[in-house]
Amino acid sequence: MIWNAFLLALREIRNNLLRAGLTTLGIVIGVSAVILMVTLGAGANQKVTGEFASLGNNLLVLLPGQPNGPPTATVPFDIAVVEKIQREIPNLADVIPEVAVQGVIVNGNHNHNTQIDGTTNAYMHSRNWNLVAGREFSPAEMLAGKSVCILGETDRRELFGDQVPIGARIRINKISCEVIGILEPKGVSTFGQDMDELVLMPLKAVQRKIAGNTEINVIRISVDNQEDIPHAKDMIQRLMREIRHIIPGQVDDFDVEDLQEVTQIVQSATLILTAFLSAVAAVSLLVGGIGIMNIMLVSVTERTREIGIRLAIGARERDVLLQFLIEAVVMSALGGVLGVLIGLGGSAAIAAALKIPFVFQPAIVFIAVGFSAIVGVAFGFFPARRAARLDPIEALRHE
Amino acid sequence: MPAEQPLIELRGVKKIYGSGDTEVAALAGIDLAVRDGEFVAVMGPSGSGKSTCMNILGCLDAPTDGHYYFRGADVGSMTREQRALLRRHYIGFVFQGFNLLKRTTALENLELPLIYRGVPSAERRRLGLETLAQVGLADRWHHTAAELSGGQQQRVAIARALVSSPSVVFADEPTGNLDSAKSHEIMQLLKSLNAERGLTIVLVTHEEEVASYAGRQVRFHDGLIASDTGVPR
Repeated sequence: MIWNAFLLALREIRNNLLRAGLTTLGIVIGVSAVILMVTLGAGANQKVTGEFASLGNNLLVLLPGQPNGPPTATVPFDIAVVEKIQREIPNLADVIPEVAVQGVIVNGNHNHNTQIDGTTNAYMHSRNWNLVAGREFSPAEMLAGKSVCILGETDRRELFGDQVPIGARIRINKISCEVIGILEPKGVSTFGQDMDELVLMPLKAVQRKIAGNTEINVIRISVDNQEDIPHAKDMIQRLMREIRHIIPGQVDDFDVEDLQEVTQIVQSATLILTAFLSAVAAVSLLVGGIGIMNIMLVSVTERTREIGIRLAIGARERDVLLQFLIEAVVMSALGGVLGVLIGLGGSAAIAAALKIPFVFQPAIVFIAVGFSAIVGVAFGFFPARRAARLDPIEALRHE
Repeated sequence: MPAEQPLIELRGVKKIYGSGDTEVAALAGIDLAVRDGEFVAVMGPSGSGKSTCMNILGCLDAPTDGHYYFRGADVGSMTREQRALLRRHYIGFVFQGFNLLKRTTALENLELPLIYRGVPSAERRRLGLETLAQVGLADRWHHTAAELSGGQQQRVAIARALVSSPSVVFADEPTGNLDSAKSHEIMQLLKSLNAERGLTIVLVTHEEEVASYAGRQVRFHDGLIASDTGVPR
């Protein structure tokens, strides 16, 4: 009986390809829309979160000047401050000085405007930046302030095109400099800044040979454990007031920023984004479900007469039901599989085009397929049952 | 009188639609017996109850009152499923509107009742082609119903009614949608099936000419049998 019902179901699908195609399409759209939405949403979420992580883990940033309150003198730091922080404050992973200048880099007749950062290897470590070629600065180069540099991807491409110029010499402003490493590409940041337009040099080299002074613009302090951040922030603030002889009641002429705070804001923003995407997914699922429901209801209503014919020539109610159930299951399964393929394929393609990671989420695939299948089968089955319970003569009169 | 059991027997069958003041008796008490091998034309103006009677005979509808015996079995006490099985094994239908599956080929339309009867695939095909040949459509087996003319569709419908070798074929205005030449062909076909194969046929029509092909004419009027030419001897 099952086999016969299968045969009848498959014949009915084969003989009515348009109707079966439309029904399947409803399921394909429902399933693929949900998978696309959720997968792309998760990818975008991961990208944003990842960028903030690459700003630095457990990082405090010490800047000269005071952004809040009355204006103060903006006095830069020097290496003595860095060493003092390193010495006097416990539980710090790294204290990273940074001096940033704008400059022109030149190779032959190619030149490019870029940011030049004088810093240490720890700068790259704290931001999880890796090299695709070459090496980091050696201790000797750091100590002597040698003219060596690590190029960002954009700068490398502007000066060298397709080459990997390890060992090549370029000019930075007036000085000659050896390329010892290439940074991995990082793309455009959430804030629209090209993170690959950057040259890294030893701190002393930038200070002496480019800036011409001993100033430090920014001190990044990475803390061992996240819990220590408030305490470390407090201690740095007190130490700095001491170093700069700021009397009680007078405002700081420096600022300690806590990236943790920023990260928290971002995390709550991503939570909202996730909730929003879930809502979008729920709506797509609902819309897809209604689409499936419609086509199922229409096709079964349209088929009332066919059901009448079947009943008249000897089908029992359950013969008709089994056939319709199998039709609904076959179309739902086919639609589900196609929907998953299109949803995942489309997500992968769009993720690649938007340069966001492709985050495969098995849960949503199951939910989308399960929901569509239940809707497809339920709305294929219940109207069919209603029709099969009619007196055959009533079903036959149906136009 | 020989105690031969009739194939079909109605006793005091009533069919009442609506209730209370709006009550309409489509059948007001019918007694009718049809024996194996008969070709009966049920006639009457529209609203006389002939179609209602046909639906009850075909087990498509149940009487409100009275008894319907099919080979001595009381159809009134049967469940829906039992009536479906009765249709499956003993009854064939030919409708005015053909009622074929439109996008399905002639052969597959014929296979349908056989599939419900559980006939194996090769046998289905053989029986289907054989029956199509009997109605003169052997070369049209792969055409869908929608591709066939009205007369051809009705032949397919007759073949579908025949293919499962039923005890009786009910034909409800089988020529209603056909012109007179085609009507003649269809009626000749039914008549020869009755004469040559002994097929029992109950035909509903309002046309005298169509009814004249049958061996026995039963006239309905206002839900009652007005006249019956009886079994020809």
